[in-house]
Amino acid sequence: MAGFRSTTSYIASRDLEVAVNAAVTLQRPLLVKGEPGTGKTVLAQEVARALGRNLIEWHIKSTTKAQQGLYEYDAVSRLRDGQLGDERVHDIGNYIIRGKLWEAFAADEQQVLLIDEIDKADIEFPNDLLLELDRMQFHVYETRETVVAKHRPIVIITSNNEKELPDAFLRRCFFHYIRFPDRETMERIVQAHFPDIKQELAREALNVFFQVRGVAELKKKPATSELLDWLKLLMIEDLPPEVLRSQDPRTAIPPLYGALLKNEQDVQLFERLAFLSRRQQR
Amino acid sequence: MLAHFIVALRSAGIPASLTEYLTLLRGMKEGVADYSVDDFYHLSRATLVKDERHLDRFDRVFGEVFKGLEPPEGDLTRTLPEEWLRKLAEKLLTEEEKAAIEAAGGFDKLMEMLKQRLAEQKGRHQGGSKWIGTAGTSPFGAHGYNPEGVRIGQDESRHRRAVKVWDKREFKDLDDDVEIGTRNIKLALRRLRRFARQGAATELDLPDTIRATANNAGSLDLKLVPERHNTVKVLLFLDIGGSMDDHVRICAELFSACRAEFKHLEHFYFHNCPYERLWTNNRRRRESEVSTWEVLRKYGPDYKAIIVGDAAMSPYEVVQPGGSVEHWNEESGQVWLQRILGHFRRSAWLNPMPQPAWDRYHSAVLLRQIMENRMFPLTLGGLDDMTRELSR
Repeated sequence: MAGFRSTTSYIASRDLEVAVNAAVTLQRPLLVKGEPGTGKTVLAQEVARALGRNLIEWHIKSTTKAQQGLYEYDAVSRLRDGQLGDERVHDIGNYIIRGKLWEAFAADEQQVLLIDEIDKADIEFPNDLLLELDRMQFHVYETRETVVAKHRPIVIITSNNEKELPDAFLRRCFFHYIRFPDRETMERIVQAHFPDIKQELAREALNVFFQVRGVAELKKKPATSELLDWLKLLMIEDLPPEVLRSQDPRTAIPPLYGALLKNEQDVQLFERLAFLSRRQQR
Repeated sequence: MLAHFIVALRSAGIPASLTEYLTLLRGMKEGVADYSVDDFYHLSRATLVKDERHLDRFDRVFGEVFKGLEPPEGDLTRTLPEEWLRKLAEKLLTEEEKAAIEAAGGFDKLMEMLKQRLAEQKGRHQGGSKWIGTAGTSPFGAHGYNPEGVRIGQDESRHRRAVKVWDKREFKDLDDDVEIGTRNIKLALRRLRRFARQGAATELDLPDTIRATANNAGSLDLKLVPERHNTVKVLLFLDIGGSMDDHVRICAELFSACRAEFKHLEHFYFHNCPYERLWTNNRRRRESEVSTWEVLRKYGPDYKAIIVGDAAMSPYEVVQPGGSVEHWNEESGQVWLQRILGHFRRSAWLNPMPQPAWDRYHSAVLLRQIMENRMFPLTLGGLDDMTRELSR
């Protein structure tokens, strides 16, 4: 079985590999949850690349309706064409606009379909897709045809846990919760992204990073994507690793902290901690 | 054997269904698990657990059901932090206790017992942590040996391959039974969202479309009304600096979590009862002080005021000028509260204290009167009632 494995650019834990392979083999959707910035969306891209499939991305917004993934009937332009006496008007099929799901179903080879941030949508959204994802088919009422997937796409769904998903929906999925990587994994991830980073810099940066994450009161803990951004900045600025190591309390806020701390309260918190440690030193 | 596993999961409160069981069987048949126990664990977890809060419970059940499935490459007792335990015991045990251990069969026997007891405890963990830790009778409990600290196979396991993944119990923090209210919070969030989302989606403005189409000599000219955004504005007044801090914090987080859903959401803090000054940041109380008048001037009557506090204080703090425990207040808390209530059209009090206890405090009764009964417990039902009250 041509399974999904960690690649040079994406480090997947064993349980994630098993979950992906199960979803691929049994042709069921895979639901991925986890802290923001742990690579949920990237996973779909990597799966598509690893399996050599095309990726169709469907990003969900609060206004997205399930129907939009299937198709939309553009009644307005048909009405307009009718008024203008356009020939196209006689075929209703001209006004059916295919959605992402239809695209994936109609493709000649198996596709990877990413339904990104499903929890952003209305609470009924997953329910409206139950049958479609289960049987991989749906009915177009306007043209009275049933669209059946030529090849069942590999469906990857991400959620940020803003809403609870209905049980009936969950029952049809495989589930994986991406844990925040431990230090070893993180080192591998950094290595995968920046193969020519200076070892020392990477080590010091990771020290600082895990220290920052260790502060319990942070409102938004920096995650993998923030670390990678920060490292990129550090490399561009070409900062020497010593800067990160310095125990000088005045620099208790890491350099270029903007990439790690995304909340002014967190920055303040750090300033306060710096202030406290300065006082202790006196 | 697997059916037994499903039953065990279900009785542990993980809603694994028949469909999922069949999926698991199919997955095994298709060779996803590939005869490796770890992979089987991963596969069954991906199939049967659909909520990260259940992951820890799953690990525990898995460990129990498939005990002994692993080839005996690592002796469990050896992976216990035995050294540490031994030292601890020697330091803390009294002579009699040591004698008792000897009587029970020595230290190895004790370890055996501990392991057994831990296993038992895994099963009945949900009830609370009373098992290990009750006073004195158990040699483990005597030194505050709690299961969180033990975690069979955790500490030394990193270097040794023999550890079982599920024994690491990495998802413990996500379990909902550990902390009261975690699950409630999620449900409560849903309720609050419903409260916040009162706008409608984009809609066709029919009268305007007809008018515009007519103006356009009959060719269609669509007019849409822009989507109405969430209109709910909320002011939170949080009682801080008392026994209810934890609950108040939960409540503040609850609202912050759906901050995006509200048009405006502002926090203000007070102690026990709001007076002429509030503050916006509890850590920097001095610097962030604002006058209550200013708040009333700044935020219009269309804001919904939600006061969160246990309402338990001395009645003087409510009715008496100068009754505040922290400073000299010219006007009584009652006056200030009524000013706030008079200003905002909709207001409510959320009380984290259990409702039956309210009547025990004179101040709570008083405040409830001032609130004209709009005091709600910090429960799902209470949130519901409050929402209904505020959105009326």
